[in-house]
Amino acid sequence: MTLKKVHDKQPEKFEFTKENLELAKNILEKYPKNQKKSAVMPLLYLAQNQNNNWIPLAALKYIGKFLSMPYINVYEVATFYTMYNLAPVGKYFIQVCTTSPCLLRGANEIVKTCQKKISKNESDISENGLCSWTEVECLGACVNAPIIQVNKDYYEDLDQKSTEKILDGFMNDKPLQFGSFRNRKSTAPEKIKSKLNGAEDA
Amino acid sequence: MPKITINNKDIEFKDGMTVLQACELAGVEIPRFCYHERLSIAGNCRMCLVEMEKSAKPIASCAMPATEGMNIKTNTQMVEKARKGVMEFLLTNHPLDCPVCDQGGECDLQDQSLYYGFDKSRFKENKREVKDKHMGSLIKTQMTRCIHCTRCIRFSTEIAGVPELGAIGRGENMEITTYLEHSMESELSANVIDLCPVGALTSKPYAFKARPWELKKTESIDVMDAVASNIRVDSYGWEVKRILPRLNNNINEEWISDKTRYACDGLLKQRLDKPYKRENGKLTECTWDEAIDLISSKIKETNPKTIAGHIGDMASMETINSFKNLLNSIGANNYEFREKPFYINPKNKINYIFNSSINGIEKCDLLLLVGANPRHEATMLNARIRKSFVNKKLPIYSIGDSGNLTYDYKIIGEKTEDIKKLIEGENEISRKILNAKYPIVIIGESALELKSGEFILEGIKDFLFKNNFITEQWNAFNILIQNASTVGAIDLNFLDIDKKNNFNFFDKLNKNQFDLLYLVGSDNLDFVKKNEFIVYQGSHGDRMTQIADVIIPSPAYTEQDGLFINLEGRLQQCIKATYPPGNSLEDWKVFNLLNKRLTNKELFKNFHQLRQETLKQVKNHSDFNLLPKTKIKELQQKSGEFKYPFLGSLRSADQRVSYIDEFITIKEVDYYFSNSIARASKTMSNCRAERSKSFKNKTGS
Repeated sequence: MTLKKVHDKQPEKFEFTKENLELAKNILEKYPKNQKKSAVMPLLYLAQNQNNNWIPLAALKYIGKFLSMPYINVYEVATFYTMYNLAPVGKYFIQVCTTSPCLLRGANEIVKTCQKKISKNESDISENGLCSWTEVECLGACVNAPIIQVNKDYYEDLDQKSTEKILDGFMNDKPLQFGSFRNRKSTAPEKIKSKLNGAEDA
Repeated sequence: MPKITINNKDIEFKDGMTVLQACELAGVEIPRFCYHERLSIAGNCRMCLVEMEKSAKPIASCAMPATEGMNIKTNTQMVEKARKGVMEFLLTNHPLDCPVCDQGGECDLQDQSLYYGFDKSRFKENKREVKDKHMGSLIKTQMTRCIHCTRCIRFSTEIAGVPELGAIGRGENMEITTYLEHSMESELSANVIDLCPVGALTSKPYAFKARPWELKKTESIDVMDAVASNIRVDSYGWEVKRILPRLNNNINEEWISDKTRYACDGLLKQRLDKPYKRENGKLTECTWDEAIDLISSKIKETNPKTIAGHIGDMASMETINSFKNLLNSIGANNYEFREKPFYINPKNKINYIFNSSINGIEKCDLLLLVGANPRHEATMLNARIRKSFVNKKLPIYSIGDSGNLTYDYKIIGEKTEDIKKLIEGENEISRKILNAKYPIVIIGESALELKSGEFILEGIKDFLFKNNFITEQWNAFNILIQNASTVGAIDLNFLDIDKKNNFNFFDKLNKNQFDLLYLVGSDNLDFVKKNEFIVYQGSHGDRMTQIADVIIPSPAYTEQDGLFINLEGRLQQCIKATYPPGNSLEDWKVFNLLNKRLTNKELFKNFHQLRQETLKQVKNHSDFNLLPKTKIKELQQKSGEFKYPFLGSLRSADQRVSYIDEFITIKEVDYYFSNSIARASKTMSNCRAERSKSFKNKTGS
């Protein structure tokens, strides 16, 4: 995990939309008035949602002013947490888990597939502008390793072939159904019986 | 008091101390990088590990509060092993470039690796490399060397009051930077260089100039402003290489302002090293004899009543005293030290000093600024106000808009009317002052420059005295003086004031009534030259040398001994650190020469005699480095200090003190360009350009 780079091309202005401003005010109410700046994380997330899944500098400044805290402190928070994107990502943002269990189950193959299908370097957006990928630490679904997270969905039990299919789907803007790709029912065992001995089919 | 056992020795400590502080009481030195007495505790370097009984792991002594009955050991094998481990981790990513690092010789990491370092590296991977950050024209960065102690971040947010530094990223990739690499906008920014325990933040103007062990160190004081911070002048040959702060808890603690620190390269430039005289409109070199002859013959020709002397902002008391003696011996009595006409009352010392003292700011519970901008007029004093603001939430009010002072304050008015109401006890702030126990009222020179200057000074003093705030225990009445020479000059009575007119000198100057004007280091005087013959004696070729007819070179403040009284009345010595360039003569010697030429008599036999005679004239003098003793009761009974004519009769017809309803504008001090040394300094002009650029960016023009 290297230091996140701030994108070269930055929009001039950022402002919360009307709905988000309403949400932001609701968030603020959860915190004591003299500790407004505690709301910085939910607000950054809100800004990221509003701005195609990445946070421009203008938004950092806007939030700094919104919470009357120094810009550098907002910047610190935004660079500390990996889930804040400070540069644009694709419409389909593919996060490949490469922590030990996934790695043991072949996450490297998935990374290689991403390099082949999407872009050579991590975080670069594909030529058609639809996808970008990055390696992340544990996504917390080790039992279905290896997995990728695309925006808010998990694609589980992958191998090279299934990954290729999935990525092709995204590259053509036709996403496949998420879930297990070895036909497992969520985290249930695959080969042994799915019901207790002697029990009737549920 | 609770007791703690350190290395089998029982030590009493004060409640609230940390284990590290208790160890220091016991005389045990604990290595540390992130801990600093004046900053908040971070506890992230882990170098201060010690062993505590009943704890399986070593503890970080800087962050652990000391408690009754603790048993601490600092010299066991476990401690040594733990510290060695920490040091090895710190050194995994620290480059081994000490030979080319400016911190070499005064580097905490270097020193401590001597005790806890490992002689080879077990780290086979590549070292981390970090891009250097831009932090303005004073701070040179080499961020690969950073060990993430965060002292600089804590300094900028807590003490400087400009939260611009921060740590971005995390873990191994953490980097210290300013927001988007803007330069730090603080007058205290360069203190982070002293704070940095490694060579990550070093001094840009001093880069690769010298090694610390080559330098001659002279403990002196600063004359850039009236606070007179304590400094150490490091010189090599005749050149002043750098200026560092010296600990003085009464004045500057251990910080100094950027101007104090970095105007020193101005000591090498624009220097006057030979006498000059103006011939056919052009300045040409001449010998000392020629110059002295010319001046003395001019003095002889001129009517003494039209001879005037003006002393500059950095003149020592000896210079002022000998100059005054010269002028008196030729019968001239027009002399002045003020650069702009602001009202002063030289009768008693309490009228022109910062009576509450800088330490008193920490005691006070209410602070009112009247037409003052302490951030630029007395930076270190402002840092103390901020300290009190941070520690005690000191309520601060201001009459007049002082701009950003690095702390929150409330503007309660911008007109003299508000001061009048305050004096009459009619508005809210007067009630607040009355309810306070230790209030402080600070009157700036900008307020005294107003037409109602006299009213403001005398009125506020009267108000405070009536309400028992000017006593021997607590004196709430303060004047914020801007120049180092001012208090000394008033003590020596180097001014031309009578009962009716506070500004005799300025009136005559502006009407061009002087025929001969003798300027000693004064460059900030604002006037239009007509037929005056101008003698300029000083260290730098600055504003006044352009119109001078004779120029006499003299040493700057690092090049001659001298006494200075700071704004709170503390008498301190400025010590000669280096030699002046060329053949300049010390100021008092020049006056001696001139007097000998004119009257065949020397003013002073030697410097010692001059100093003794100067010391005699210091008012309320107690001792060096101490505050003056003021006996308020005596003042009240004998000299009628507090019986000002308008007492209680503000509205009477014959009020002598003029009150005019006017707007209080606080004159902006051109901080980086306020005196001739700073104006000659390249570093200062870089800073000034940087600041005005960022100002433009902010306002969007």
